Amino acid sequence: MSLMNVLARAEAVAAGRAVPAATVRHRRIAERPLVLVPLTTAGEAGAPLGAMVGTDRAEPTLLVVPQPLDRELRFAFFAGLAAAVLPVVDAYADEVETEPATKNREEVEVCADAPQIVVPNSAALDYVRLLGRSTRYLRTVEDPDAPHPVPVPVPLLGRWLTHYAERARTPGSSLLVAMTELLTRHWATGQSAMEDQHLGALLGWIDPPDGLDGGSAAARAQTGRGPDGLLLSPPAGPATDPVFDNRVLAPALERYDAARSAGATGPMRVAEADVRRLVASQLRPTWDDVWHGVDLLRALPEGAHVEERWKRDRWSFTGHRDRLRAGEPPQPRRDDAVTAAQKLAGRETAQARLYAQEALDDPLVMAARRLAGEAFTGTVLSVEMTWSEGRRPMPRPLLTLTTPDLPQADPATRAYRALPGAKSAQTAEVVSLTPAPGVPAQRGAGGAPAEGPSAAGGGPAAADVPPAAGPAPAAEPQSGPLWQVVVRLTGGMGTGKTPREGSVPEPGDRVTFTLFAHDQRGGPALPEAEATPWTHGGPPQARETAVPEAPDTATAEDFL
Amino acid sequence: MSTTHHTLRERLAALRGPGTAPRPLDARALAALAANPGCRRRALMDAAGVDKGAVAEALGAPARFGQSRFAFSRGHAFEARVKADGCAELLRLLGAEGARAQVPDLAAAGPEGRTARTRLALAEAPRGGWTLLDHPLLAVEVAGSTVFLEPDAVAVAPDGSWTVVEIKSFPILDGAADAMKVGAAARQAAVYVLALDAVEAGRARSAILLVCPKDFSNLPTAESVDVRKQLAVTRRQLARLTRIEEIAAALPEAVTFDPAAPRPELTAAVDAVPAAYAPECLSSCELAFHCRARAREADAVDALGRALRSDLGDLTTLASVRAASCSTAPTADPAVAALRRAAALRAEALAAATGGPA
Ligand code: SF4
Repeated sequence: MSLMNVLARAEAVAAGRAVPAATVRHRRIAERPLVLVPLTTAGEAGAPLGAMVGTDRAEPTLLVVPQPLDRELRFAFFAGLAAAVLPVVDAYADEVETEPATKNREEVEVCADAPQIVVPNSAALDYVRLLGRSTRYLRTVEDPDAPHPVPVPVPLLGRWLTHYAERARTPGSSLLVAMTELLTRHWATGQSAMEDQHLGALLGWIDPPDGLDGGSAAARAQTGRGPDGLLLSPPAGPATDPVFDNRVLAPALERYDAARSAGATGPMRVAEADVRRLVASQLRPTWDDVWHGVDLLRALPEGAHVEERWKRDRWSFTGHRDRLRAGEPPQPRRDDAVTAAQKLAGRETAQARLYAQEALDDPLVMAARRLAGEAFTGTVLSVEMTWSEGRRPMPRPLLTLTTPDLPQADPATRAYRALPGAKSAQTAEVVSLTPAPGVPAQRGAGGAPAEGPSAAGGGPAAADVPPAAGPAPAAEPQSGPLWQVVVRLTGGMGTGKTPREGSVPEPGDRVTFTLFAHDQRGGPALPEAEATPWTHGGPPQARETAVPEAPDTATAEDFL
Repeated sequence: MSTTHHTLRERLAALRGPGTAPRPLDARALAALAANPGCRRRALMDAAGVDKGAVAEALGAPARFGQSRFAFSRGHAFEARVKADGCAELLRLLGAEGARAQVPDLAAAGPEGRTARTRLALAEAPRGGWTLLDHPLLAVEVAGSTVFLEPDAVAVAPDGSWTVVEIKSFPILDGAADAMKVGAAARQAAVYVLALDAVEAGRARSAILLVCPKDFSNLPTAESVDVRKQLAVTRRQLARLTRIEEIAAALPEAVTFDPAAPRPELTAAVDAVPAAYAPECLSSCELAFHCRARAREADAVDALGRALRSDLGDLTTLASVRAASCSTAPTADPAVAALRRAAALRAEALAAATGGPA
């Protein structure tokens, strides 16, 4: 946990409620998200107990498996889930935009929007992946030899869920999101990160009900039980509360089993209705919590780069739509080495992109980068015009700034500055970094830099720059700058000898440079490897080489 | 000796409360204890066989975890399947398909009797064939007191080596299992290896056999898991535990953890033993809600996470963290200096976001 985060949590404890960890929203919240709250049977990997799903908070679709160990009933659940999810997916598949051709690719269509799935927590997100895995190879009624056929849409559902769960591994993507992750990204609570995994407790800190502070609201959510002994805020799943399992669910399932084996239709209906009611009672609070979270997030203004990342999600959605339409086989159980490496590389790029974009969109994130020495904000003291050598001299102005930040930079370290209205960042390099003149020596935190310029003069090579791993400065920013940084601008000033208007800051301007690049390879909003449309050869490791995977073997006690 | 209790065993029985049967420690609990070696409260109560769940309940801070009947019956059904027909499946997973194994009867009176029986069976296992010990009982010394442990099975191979078998009901899906669950199983199994080493050092293999259902089926599959790392960690952590005698000696004579004792007395008794709360306790110790409440009352930084401490130096309370963040006096403390910078940057950013001047 970063120091910034520790401080925020300490403030939250004092305030009795969560404090901001972001000033803008860093993820897309769709206009009509599909909320999915799954529950599973304890100890059974592939035996769902029920789910609440839908795009209308007032009218969730309730799916319940009255006996999770019964294959037929599980398959009926999958069919119900497919009926709830696939129409939503289909509604986005045909509304497309055309992306004009570029020199690297032809004109191509991309879905104008994509469905977003929101689940309560990361365990539920993993469960979506598991549901995808357990359904995408199931054999359907179209297969005459299938011993336990499922309705046709079920494997299709599995493939979409698999795709969404896979996409969720890409940093910054919003196709499938866990509410606890969204909320902890934007608020810091007065409890530990581990306790934040409980959606009810997390919401308790962020938006406590009237009359309660965050700590008491969280405590009530974690441990409060009603007169029936059941939790007021049941776990958001996918596992249920053991007390619920043992005290009420198990007897209800037994009644159902008894009625069923006795062939008593009436009592069976009653028992089934009981199970439905019980499972719904565990799902509904979480369902409401997820929508509560959606409201809280919507109230935050969207970050400037969120749209761009969402476009990548739309590419991802479009790519999968195309693979299905092209009749490709389901995703393999395990990626081959090349695909796995490509995915990993893609995620690393996405991570670096997200890292930069969040900082650019949000001063609070930039503050953390500044604290870590990865960026610095300062006031321009002077600008000295210089030019590069050679036949066509280019402007290379030297900026001297004062800053309370201590960038972890050596001479010649590249730096970047966001230019308003420009497509890419202005490039620069750090020339020198010295303690600002006139600053009392004892300001420092006991490290060499605080002892003034003479201390840094130990070796000629280190003359200008304190060691990059040096201690953080101990200045009170209010009491004046501590570091003087000289930066040479190397780009973003046009092609002439005179810098383009507005591209060079003036004395007195406040500027921010980052030591991380703002754009990542791949340029803006190109489809990623995994999303390469089939019209353009499909993703690497094209489908010709792919051998369809055999379905799982069915045995008497399968939980498939 | 001034004490009225002459042996540690008597003292521990007194701590537990008169007429309360000791609660045996299992490997899971021991692994959890090893994970938080700084906690004397847990070490003492576990050594004394105190039912911490009952104590937590009596303190008004009951633990939230319990086991679902469904998970329980699934676990049992699966283990029964692995051990059916003279452990035929287990032998297959051990790489001895079709072989027959001796499965000695390990029943005996009392834990001491059962451990003796297990030792005997291990000693008598004939070379050249397989012997499978179904739920043997092993003993280890922990901080000066004996703990009994019951692995799911121990296999004696024809070459005389011992393999710990751990049977779990979470699936190995497409060749991979939940890393957290595998980690927990490995820590538990390491404790068994440790206990086998106490019988005869070097006989137990440091690769254990983890048996799980394959994919979504009930068919057993297995992975060999190297627990050398967990073994080293557990050994080191257990060695760090303060000797139970010492912890007990620091307590007043009358202290008891009897859940039937009046709440104020019980609370005082529990709080008389130093603890080391961290959020991880919430998933591993029945007393977590009580200890958390205490840590919060003490405004302890640790209540937010143990990792924080390295950044904060001498600042152990949240109030001191906040005070440091808005202090202005010159300081030589790097933690204070860094907190001030953090606070100033945070305030500046929040002001910028609300439309104030950047
Ligand atoms: S909950 Fe309390 S007794 Fe248990 S390990 Fe943590 S600090 Fe120790």
